[in-house]
Amino acid sequence: MIKIINLVKSFNGQKVLDGITLEMPRGQITVVIGKSGVGKSVLLKHIVGLLKPDSGQIIVDGQDMSRLGGRKLREFKRRFGVLFQGGALFDSLNAFENIAFPLREKTRLPEAEIAQRVRDRLAQMQLTSEVETKLPDELSGGMKKRVALARAMIQEPEIMFFDEPVTGLDPPMSNTVFHLISKTHRESGYTALVVSHDLPEVFQVADQVAMLHKGRIIAAGTPEELQNHSDPVVQSFIRGEVDFLEA
Amino acid sequence: MVNLVRQLGQRSLNIVQEAGAMLIFLLESLGLAFMPPFRPRRVLQEIYKIGVKSTLIVMLTGAFTGMVMALQGYYTLRQYGSEGALGAAVALSLIREMGPVLTGIMVSARAGSAVTAEIGIMRITEQLDALDTMAVNPMQYVVMPKLLAGIIAVPLLTAIFDVVGILGGYLVGVILLGVSSGSYFASMKQSVVALDINGGIVKSLVFGLTIILVACYKGFYTEHGAEGVSKATNQTVVLSAVLVLAWDYVLTSFFM
Repeated sequence: MIKIINLVKSFNGQKVLDGITLEMPRGQITVVIGKSGVGKSVLLKHIVGLLKPDSGQIIVDGQDMSRLGGRKLREFKRRFGVLFQGGALFDSLNAFENIAFPLREKTRLPEAEIAQRVRDRLAQMQLTSEVETKLPDELSGGMKKRVALARAMIQEPEIMFFDEPVTGLDPPMSNTVFHLISKTHRESGYTALVVSHDLPEVFQVADQVAMLHKGRIIAAGTPEELQNHSDPVVQSFIRGEVDFLEA
Repeated sequence: MVNLVRQLGQRSLNIVQEAGAMLIFLLESLGLAFMPPFRPRRVLQEIYKIGVKSTLIVMLTGAFTGMVMALQGYYTLRQYGSEGALGAAVALSLIREMGPVLTGIMVSARAGSAVTAEIGIMRITEQLDALDTMAVNPMQYVVMPKLLAGIIAVPLLTAIFDVVGILGGYLVGVILLGVSSGSYFASMKQSVVALDINGGIVKSLVFGLTIILVACYKGFYTEHGAEGVSKATNQTVVLSAVLVLAWDYVLTSFFM
């Protein structure tokens, strides 16, 4: 269970997160929706330890990870995987080396075992062995996302974070990525946080949804509850109305 | 007027703040060189990128610098009938000043800009964040090997610059202008002492560290997308070239 309590963060005097409180139940996929620039990625970066909050707590299994540092924080980070918006694949390494990277850095597994695990992940992501030797620049957007997902999952994390997992992908590839998220979640049972503005597609993977607006969570519940929510801001966003987007 | 003073004060504070931040960045990265995991392969890769790939441009610059110095020196020395001292003049200028300074400026233009662009792109494409989330310290994986490579490669490049420059001077002075080969090398052997060579090595060590430090720092704290990378790269070349010249004065006054 991950619990975010009253999280506040400002940049240059402007409050981006204004008292976020949110629970992510163990083994479930929590989706945070909200328009672009509302602070969804900032929230995610706090949970994975890339940003420190001005105030508030991020409790993971009873431990406030926003106060952790050094070795304890590194140990905590080994428990999760992150799929970044652009994939964040290392330019100088090919697909195989990118996926193998966490294993080579953080384990002492023999090369044969690493190769086997990388190939298993590639197969799970529906990628052929031809992809292995390609550099990130030579991969399509969908392939990059799947290689990045394979890398994020190679150490079998307990918690997964997805930052805009389908941004920039065509509808069939978006569905493929969401299908892969559902499939890997069923197989591994990880706890997940997905931040996305891709509606209604993101509802297909969500166990619970929260909407971030003006630095606060203004609605939370199951996908059905959100879709039937009475708040006009929520309804306006779900329907993609122009006046809301320009507000 | 008050505004001008305020702006000057603010600017001075910013400079001091950035210098302090850079020093902390340096100490943190170098400190990580002594903590496992040690990364000899990454250091070798960076020596190749920063050092080996700069060799040709350094050799070309060294050759032409030596040739020009021989040409200028020959006509000046001939007025006093001292053409025989041409070898000493070329070698001392190269070893004490021109070698370290010009190598530093060439490395800053070729490798420093590349280092900033590489790290800057890693920053804006979240590759540094990805390392962090994998519990791999980006300072240790990305910055530390480059700093060590700079400290190792720049003195070696400076030595290559000096040797090629002396040979360039030989080509012009001895083969084209007719100075005796024996006096070219004999005057050099007589005039160049260990202090000159040590001074050149110390300068090139400091320059190497300064250039790569500035390059890594500017890349690591790049902001605002592609424009930010372009700005950071530009700042690296300008700042490291100015710092090389400033350090040169400080170190020369120390060795004199």
